[in-house]
Amino acid sequence: MELNAAIPSGPIEKRWDNHRFEMKLVNPANKRKLSVIVVGSGLAGASASATMAELGYDVRCFCYHDSPRRAHSIAAQGGINAAKNYQNDGDSVFRLFYDTVKGGDFRARESNVYRLAQISVSIIDQCVAQGVPFAREYGGMLANRSFGGAQVSRTFYARGQTGQQLLLGAYQALARQIELGGVKMFPRHEMLDVILVDGRCRGIVTRDMVDGTVRSYTADAVVLATGGYSNAFYLSTNAKACNVSAAWRAHRRGAGFANPCYTQIHPTCIPQSGDYQSKLTLMSESLRNDGRIWVPKKADDNRPAAQIPEGDRDYYLERIYPSFGNLSPRDIASRRAKEVVDEGRGVGPLKNGVYLDFADAIGRLGAPAIGERYGNLFDMYERITGESPYEMPMRIYPAPHYTMGGLWVDYNLMTTIPGLFAIGEANFSDHGANRLGASALMQGLADGYFVIPYTIGNYLARGGLDPVAEDHADCKGVEQQVNDRIQRLLTASGKRTADSFHRELGRIIWDKCGMARNKAGLEEALQKIPALREEFWENVRVPGVGADLNQELERAGRVADFLEQGELMCRDALDRDESCGGHFREEHQTGEGEAARDDERFSHASVWEWTGENQAQRKNVEELTFEYVQPSQRSYK
Amino acid sequence: MNLTLHVWRQAGPNDKGRFEKYEARDISEHASFLEMLDILNEELVEKGQEPIAFEHDCREGICGSCGMVINGVPHSKQKAITSCQLHMRSFKDGDEIWIEPFRATAFPVLKDLVVDRSAFDRIIQKGGYVSVRTGNAVDANATPIPKTDADAAFDAATCIGCGACVAACPNASAMLFTSAKVSHLGLLPQGQPERYKRVEAMVAQMDQEGFGSCTNHGACQNACPKSISIEYIARMNRDLMKAKLLGSKDD
Ligand SMILES: Cc1cc2nc3c(=O)[nH]c(=O)nc-3n(C[C@H](O)[C@H](O)[C@H](O)COP(=O)(O)OP(=O)(O)OC[C@H]3O[C@@H](n4cnc5c(N)ncnc54)[C@H](O)[C@@H]3O)c2cc1C
Ligand code: FES
Repeated sequence: MELNAAIPSGPIEKRWDNHRFEMKLVNPANKRKLSVIVVGSGLAGASASATMAELGYDVRCFCYHDSPRRAHSIAAQGGINAAKNYQNDGDSVFRLFYDTVKGGDFRARESNVYRLAQISVSIIDQCVAQGVPFAREYGGMLANRSFGGAQVSRTFYARGQTGQQLLLGAYQALARQIELGGVKMFPRHEMLDVILVDGRCRGIVTRDMVDGTVRSYTADAVVLATGGYSNAFYLSTNAKACNVSAAWRAHRRGAGFANPCYTQIHPTCIPQSGDYQSKLTLMSESLRNDGRIWVPKKADDNRPAAQIPEGDRDYYLERIYPSFGNLSPRDIASRRAKEVVDEGRGVGPLKNGVYLDFADAIGRLGAPAIGERYGNLFDMYERITGESPYEMPMRIYPAPHYTMGGLWVDYNLMTTIPGLFAIGEANFSDHGANRLGASALMQGLADGYFVIPYTIGNYLARGGLDPVAEDHADCKGVEQQVNDRIQRLLTASGKRTADSFHRELGRIIWDKCGMARNKAGLEEALQKIPALREEFWENVRVPGVGADLNQELERAGRVADFLEQGELMCRDALDRDESCGGHFREEHQTGEGEAARDDERFSHASVWEWTGENQAQRKNVEELTFEYVQPSQRSYK
Repeated sequence: MNLTLHVWRQAGPNDKGRFEKYEARDISEHASFLEMLDILNEELVEKGQEPIAFEHDCREGICGSCGMVINGVPHSKQKAITSCQLHMRSFKDGDEIWIEPFRATAFPVLKDLVVDRSAFDRIIQKGGYVSVRTGNAVDANATPIPKTDADAAFDAATCIGCGACVAACPNASAMLFTSAKVSHLGLLPQGQPERYKRVEAMVAQMDQEGFGSCTNHGACQNACPKSISIEYIARMNRDLMKAKLLGSKDD
């Protein structure tokens, strides 16, 4: 597999401008004749579809939701970063670039990150012009807040619903193009494979989720904007339907999958309450501004929180990180919580949480002031747990949240399959081994509004794309394989539900490839997952028929892919014999228990190549070079 | 706790549909309502029966996918929540629960509790946007927007498009949904140039989709999980009147 990142030459601040100038342009009259398929209508997919249609391309957009407005992006809460420096607090494109490269623990490609920081500024302008109601100050100017990993205030937000408002902005731009005829929208269509003709990606095979029709759609290029794979863990903060299938199907056809072991575990989520639990709910990171995190000093202390005297409490983050305390970065806060829970000091009925206590803040500022700041979060917590954080401490625990790994892409966001592009959370590009808060929304919209519309033109302008009919032999061949797989699922007639396999897989990955990983555990997972996969194909039960709205069938197909991709996550984690960002190998820590990178051996992206069913995947390497930010050890003491 | 459920089962749009009775056993009070349905569905699958089809995704009240009528009320009797935010601690052992799809001519049932709400998308497509192309924008702070206007626009924009307003309305009217978008954009300077054209086009589409008319019942506001106010309907009606007077000419 050839990995040419296609990074433009010249000084970093000129690369994107120069590249745009050098890119081939498509004659406006020809654009209508060029067709693009976009899979996904989240922030990345909706913004890309709308913008490419504005430019004149013939766009078809697919999503598995009933409406493009429901994509998982809708759930983002906190905000979106941009180097606007409206606060005059010393922010700049370079600082955002620097923070992102450092936050990613020096495992991202500098040129892409710099471009992201440059574009961030235009995103906010674009969204405001669309009518996104960002929070404002009394003077009518846009308000900002600060987020983890940054010392400036550069996060734009719309109450706790930033993702919703940004997605509705992109959805509305998409709706406008649908009305104008520039985009044809296919909701309730699940992409189940990609079609390659002469080595280039020329289309997709989808299943109509209402009547079950399996068919091909062909185009001159395909863009995957299909989101991340946190649901490999089964329990995560992602929406229930989020899955890896689109990316995985492309991977099986030749798209390299980069850094699958880079996953982000968010420290403040509501702990699991029972086996029936279907997902985990994020509690905004902002709570750590006023809440103090603690557990009892002794294991198995069953007293209610209020009866545990100060002397018997361990405010472990304040103890270990006196300067950052409760505000230490996500990966560190998560790992320390796991440690104390593993020691038997967890709290709550299942002993699977730590306290986030507002008693001091309430004592100091009064309940109304705290309610003013966090009232809606407290209500949300109480709705789910039945406990009031005004009266007793919240219980929190880390949960899978975001995946930095994904399809490998070059500077143009093209995968290793010519003509197949990946944008948004689905690609691996900008966050290295750890993503900073409020940077995913920024990346999704940068890719969709400002990068792919131009880089795809450069690809299309090179031509050589003869039309491919939808009954082309290559389309029919893929359709046949898709149909066979559906039949296999429907006829397995075993005893277990797809979800029961998914839960078991999630347990293995969470235990062995979660917040802390080690060689023995990963090797164990690599034994267990293939065995589970084998059982799945023999013992899964999918009722109903293919030619119908069949949610069990949808689910089973996605679980089948997680059973393959989850194994690759573990293999990558085993191979990456160092710690970096969210990937913490217990064998590699500093004397103080922090992640110890090994830049000599691992300053690269690991790009995995599919070699066949039940075969070990081949690892390819993109070396990372740092010209502008010198790798250093992160310290938060 | 143990519960008796009466769930609407309908094989497809052309099936007549009927209630079927199920027993849900040993449900934890901490489980969510949808988790209770998950448990029941897994039992059905294990028995080789078809599970109950229902829509859901985020399970935290923001995507608008989930929507069912629970004991006669869209999203249940509890105020300001979606079906996925309902927890079993609001029920007690032995309760009977009736679960039905959102019902409206403009929302045909696809299967069981799943309905087709694409009419909402088509209303937005008629004008629920600002016609600005990517790359055309001026600096975001070039136009200051009073905080009160921005907040009021946000309150309208918080609509999740679930359709509970339609399901609650005796006339199955989509006025609350449509007025929320019209008001969100109409309250902002960016939305002014197309303000009157927008309201006319969106209302015309709403009528064409077969939604009923508004007779000021206010049931929509009570059912709305985001507590969107019917004042936006009044606001939209004023814009509509003005649009008619202006003869649909903008400015
Ligand atoms: C609870 C939560 C809070 C967050 N808060 C923030 C925040 O404050 N700031 C921030 O920057 N980031 C945040 N994030 C991360 C951020 O929301 C996501 O990374 C981002 O929205 C992903 O956008 P996307 O467009 O790449 O994918 P998604 O929004 O996940 O969209 C995926 C799309 O692909 C479609 N799709 C997928 N597979 C297929 C298929 N096979 N066939 C057809 N269609 C398919 C789906 O229908 C959907 O339209 C948060 C994440 C979570 C979970
Ligand atoms: S599942 Fe998203 S609002 Fe209920």
